[in-house]
Amino acid sequence: MALAPKRIYAGSRIPKRVPTILDVDPEKHAFDDVLTVNFGPNHPSTHGVLRLVVDLDGETVVGIRAVIGYLHTGFEKNMEAKSWWKSVTYAPRIDYVAFQANELVYVLAIEKLLGMEVPRRATWARMALTELTRIHSHLIWLGTSALELGAISLLWYTFDDRDTILDLFEMAGGTRMHTRYFQVGGLAEDLPPGFVPEARKFCRQMPKSVDEYEAILDRNAIWLERTKGIGLLSAEDALALGQSGPMLRASGVDWDLRKVTPYLFYDQVDFDVPVYFNGDVYDRYKVHMDEMRQSVRIVEQCLDRLEETEGEAWIADDRKVVLPPRHELQTSMESLIHHFKIVTEGYTVPEGEVYVVIESPRGEAGCYLVSDGGPRPWRVHFRAPSFAALQATATVVQDCLVADLIAVAGSLDPVMGDADR
Amino acid sequence: MTSYPGVPGLIETKEALGETTLVVDPSRLVEACRYLRDEEGFNFLSDIAPADYLGWGEQEVAGYVGTATGRDLNEPSTQGLARVPDHKPTRFSVSYHLLRVADEPARVRVQVWLDDGEPVASVIPVWPAADWFEREAFDMMGVPFEGHPNLVRILMPEDWEGHPLRKDYPLGGEPVRFSDED
Repeated sequence: MALAPKRIYAGSRIPKRVPTILDVDPEKHAFDDVLTVNFGPNHPSTHGVLRLVVDLDGETVVGIRAVIGYLHTGFEKNMEAKSWWKSVTYAPRIDYVAFQANELVYVLAIEKLLGMEVPRRATWARMALTELTRIHSHLIWLGTSALELGAISLLWYTFDDRDTILDLFEMAGGTRMHTRYFQVGGLAEDLPPGFVPEARKFCRQMPKSVDEYEAILDRNAIWLERTKGIGLLSAEDALALGQSGPMLRASGVDWDLRKVTPYLFYDQVDFDVPVYFNGDVYDRYKVHMDEMRQSVRIVEQCLDRLEETEGEAWIADDRKVVLPPRHELQTSMESLIHHFKIVTEGYTVPEGEVYVVIESPRGEAGCYLVSDGGPRPWRVHFRAPSFAALQATATVVQDCLVADLIAVAGSLDPVMGDADR
Repeated sequence: MTSYPGVPGLIETKEALGETTLVVDPSRLVEACRYLRDEEGFNFLSDIAPADYLGWGEQEVAGYVGTATGRDLNEPSTQGLARVPDHKPTRFSVSYHLLRVADEPARVRVQVWLDDGEPVASVIPVWPAADWFEREAFDMMGVPFEGHPNLVRILMPEDWEGHPLRKDYPLGGEPVRFSDED
């Protein structure tokens, strides 16, 4: 872990009065023509329903305030009213672009409260799918961000690769998104035969695709002009504002939870953490591109281990928590009772509170759980990386033009479902 | 066990499930946070998570049916608790999850216990990232943060009544609008 050797700008740019609101200089207000423009919430380039209230002096952004909450759906309240077993379904719908990551953090938190061991085959499968989600999320980010800056063709290419990933999810869990495939104790089902060869095919194709994307963008004068040197964020400001994931790594902080505090089996696989030092939109793009390559490396290693563990258990053998195998329901009275109890009342989770954090595609995704020992969660709270990322809006847009605003807001990679919950 | 004995206003250090919780006197929260940032290197505020313990271990609270000695086995969709959950000192807790972004990463939870409407000082001067987290805690639970420069609702509409994540706020509850009262 090292802070950036390079100074992106001197001092701090975080606004003084309110850290998330850039106020217009009162003198400017008095003497210049400052125009206040409402940008969003329904605007194609805001990645959902983000509303930016922008003060413009000519074309220059002199003030900004981000308004969120348009996609608030009360996930936390709903989850508190359901049993532990049922509430897993909600988790992937929060960040609908990185669905497996949210499912993973929720399931890991419950397992921590239960003190449950997960079979290794399930853990390798979880890692493979979570890394595929990372590629999926980065592809959507790349496609939509480039689209907003005029590179329309890229969207079709990235969505093509994204579709291959969704086909893999469909193969594993039966649905393309929001699979609810991770279960407390392991997986909902074993990976089907044919998943590993198909995933390998994807792993062979994906690095070539990333090369192609870079070939389209890396020497494109318009792309470079519109991304280099704008949306600056220094390492110190990024940490102070709670930035994580690609935002932090593009500002020169070598920080990835998969490396520094490994969970699952991340300490058993080889991968590098890309770090860039300019803290601008271009470096955030480079971090995303490199991370896709690294994720492919991790997926390949997971597939090797999945082949080795073929035929092993994919869910923990704990009848108080895990549903019994379907075929036993016909022959075993105990299994039928366990099945009935888990489905109707749900399993109970010991009293306690936990905070579990993983490295989602957008960075530090946390889940705070409180249990009173009953079958329902007492408190569910998610630390949403998009929510934190949007706090940096007022810091990164300083001195940029209204046209750059789209590139800068896009580079924060907010998913509004995640920010608003 | 990791302990931070020098934290100002420290009431209790709890260690459970591999996580350290520092229960701190609410009136000295900012002091404690500043100490943890400057002396212990917790330079990153990961999250602020409030929780409402109204009806904790009691009977018939929103989304909860039980008795003083545990849940009533005969009620539908309830299950007898193995034990009555530990008593909580006040209705609300606010947990600050801190992270040390350095060569020796560490996490710690700073927790304050508050009554309904009891204010707690804002930690924005320590970590600017607290801005929206505190607004969310105010919006969802109604915890007033003293000294916050812009404490307005963030997820709910500005004119919303009530704080949805409180235990006495019903699921799906919303004020009736467009009635002929006014």
